Parts: sequence; C-alpha cells; structure tokens
Amino acid sequence: MKSFTLALPRWMPHRAGQHYDIRLTAEDGYRAQRSYSIASAPQREGEIDLTVELVENGEVSTFLHQSAVAGDRFEVRGPIGGYFVWEAAQGGPLLLVGGGSGVVPLMSMLRHRAAAKANVPARLLYSSRSYDDIIYRDELEGLAARGDGFELFHTLTRSQPAGWKGYARRIDDRMLGDVSRVFGAKAMTFICGPTALVENAANALTNLGLRPERIRTERFGPSGT
Amino acid sequence: MAIDMNWELMLDGNAVGGLLIEIFGQDLTALWSTCPDCGRQGELATLRAFTHAPGVVLRCPACDAVLLRIAKTTRGVRYDVRLVTKDGFPQASR
Ligand SMILES: Cc1cc2nc3c(=O)[nH]c(=O)nc-3n(C[C@H](O)[C@H](O)[C@H](O)COP(=O)(O)OP(=O)(O)OC[C@H]3O[C@@H](n4cnc5c(N)ncnc54)[C@H](O)[C@@H]3O)c2cc1C
Ligand SMILES: [Zn+2]
Repeated sequence: MKSFTLALPRWMPHRAGQHYDIRLTAEDGYRAQRSYSIASAPQREGEIDLTVELVENGEVSTFLHQSAVAGDRFEVRGPIGGYFVWEAAQGGPLLLVGGGSGVVPLMSMLRHRAAAKANVPARLLYSSRSYDDIIYRDELEGLAARGDGFELFHTLTRSQPAGWKGYARRIDDRMLGDVSRVFGAKAMTFICGPTALVENAANALTNLGLRPERIRTERFGPSGT
Repeated sequence: MAIDMNWELMLDGNAVGGLLIEIFGQDLTALWSTCPDCGRQGELATLRAFTHAPGVVLRCPACDAVLLRIAKTTRGVRYDVRLVTKDGFPQASR
C-alpha cells in the first residue's frame, strides 16, 4: 500500500467518493491509464491524496509503487463521478462496506464527515486479508475513538493476530445483517471493492430489505488472489 | 455469450466516467436512463462495464442488453447509444 499526494496546478474541489484517471506515457509513446479514488477530504485545497494497492504484475500499480518518486509529474483527469459520492448535507445513516483498496473512496467520505464535524451515524464494515493489510488502520481507530457516531467493524479473511476480536471470514449475509440492522431500511449505503465482493454485498443488503435506490456501488475489478 | 462479457474483469459505469468526459465533455455517471429491452431504470454508473474487449461496452444489469458501445479508432471515436433518456444523449464534443 502506498499513498501519494498530488499537487494540482488547476485544483478543483471534489466530492467524497470521486476518482481521478491517471495516465502514464512511456518514452516510446505507449500509454496506460487507470482510475484511482481520491482518499483525502474535499475540505483540503490544492492537492489530493491517492492510495494505491500493489497488484501482482499490475502495470500501473507496480510503476507507482516501484518507480514513481516525489516530484514526478502525472497527466490526470478529474474529479470524476456524480453517483458514488456523499456529502455531509445528504445525511445518513451512512453504511459503508469496503474490501481492500475499496476503502479508499469510503475513507474520503469519513474524512469529509469528520472535517465537517457531522455526527451523522456511520458504520464501516471493512474486509482485509490480514491485520497488516488494513489500510488507514490507525486513522480509522482514531476516528472510531472520537465517539461522534462512527463505528468500525473489521473482518480479516486470511489470517488474524492472536486475540483478534473482529470478524474472521469473508463478508456474508449474517455479518451484513449484524452491522446494518440498527440503521434499518433507510441506510444510505456505499459498497466498494473487488467486483465479487460488491456484487455479493449489494445482493445481500437488498435481500435484507435495504432500499435498492439507497445502495450505491463501485467495482474496482478482480481481487487479484 | 458475447465475447466482451468477461465477468472476472467486469466493472461498472463509474469506471468509464473519465472516458465519457473525454468524448462528451460532461460527467454522465449520474445520468438516469431506461433499458429499451426490459425497462430497467438507473444511473449510468449502475450499468455493467466491460472494458477489456476492443472498445468499451455498457450493459443492462437486469437483462445484459448492450446499452452503450464505444470504439476508439485511428479515425476518431465511434459510439452507439441504445439507452433511453428523458432529454436525449449528448452529442460527442469532439
Ligand atoms: C473507479 C475506480 C477507482 C479505483 N480506485 C482505486 C484506488 O483508489 N486504489 C487502488 O489501488 N486501485 C483502484 N482502482 C483499481 C485500479 O484502477 C487498477 O485497476 C489497479 O491499480 C490495477 O492496475 P494495474 O495496471 O496495476 O494492473 P493491470 O496491469 O491492469 O492488471 C494486472 C493483473 O492484475 C489483475 N487486476 C486488475 N485489477 C486488479 C485489482 N484492482 N486488484 C487486483 N488485481 C487486479 C488483472 O486481472 C491482471 O491479471 C480503481 C478502479 C476503478 C474502476
Ligand atoms: Zn435491460
């Protein structure tokens, strides 16, 4: 996992949940383009943070992890997206479900919520492979400790440290039921991550009675396992 | 099954937001439309996106009908729109 700060000469305010397209051009003219969600809150001006997961044999993520250095310039387009977005004024309750790097746009929503001092009830159910794979681990703990209505639920699918008290399996119907029940059918829901996780969670939450038009999804692609 | 439908690599309309800005000059991810085949309605972002075929194909999540097809060729962009919108679909801006 690697986080980057991009200074944007023509910065435009974004909405939490939006992404940028990053284009790399090699010396021979070969181009590759990928989408990366904005991790930082809209309240920050002039620059954005991105967080990129290293995908095995991944063209762009490998370049960003192994070759990009501070001071490099990138061609970007954004901010992009008018659907998978949340603003504090929209209210809640806010149910966030993420897997792996799918937590990135959800983090922007949580940072936005904290910066706006909104106390909309919010819950994040976040699936990672292992304790060390949890992105923003300390910051999420800190947000949950503020006691402002945000609650954090982790599940670790592959390995768990000794004494782990969170969930220890893939996200399933029972887990989604446990986490979403207090919010009832009206929860404003955002699900993001590997395509299979998003499909399963969206179907499960619909079956649990959440209103389909309040469930928003964003698929990042395969899970790379 | 059509060759573009690789479920492994399936994304959704969010992923083509940037491409649509490039072609149509506006963010269309929240555009509300109806599938002419089955009547399913929703934002463009909720459509299934197959981006690893030649070009990009957006399909209805309820019936798999092709709703938008975009191909970039050396001579420019070709697109074919089947989704039904209240105020029409924008024209390519370039
Ligand atoms: C709207 C949107 C927002 C995104 N935001 C983020 C983000 O904030 N952070 C982030 O890290 N990624 C994000 N992604 C995923 C990102 O765009 C790339 O798909 C990912 O970085 C892999 O690109 P690559 O060039 O390294 O791999 P590629 O060269 O494209 O693929 C290499 C191999 O890895 C597999 N693979 C492809 N994508 C993934 C994946 N996502 N995970 C695991 N294996 C994969 C492929 O099937 C292939 O076999 C987002 C995707 C979308 C559509
Ligand atoms: Zn249809």
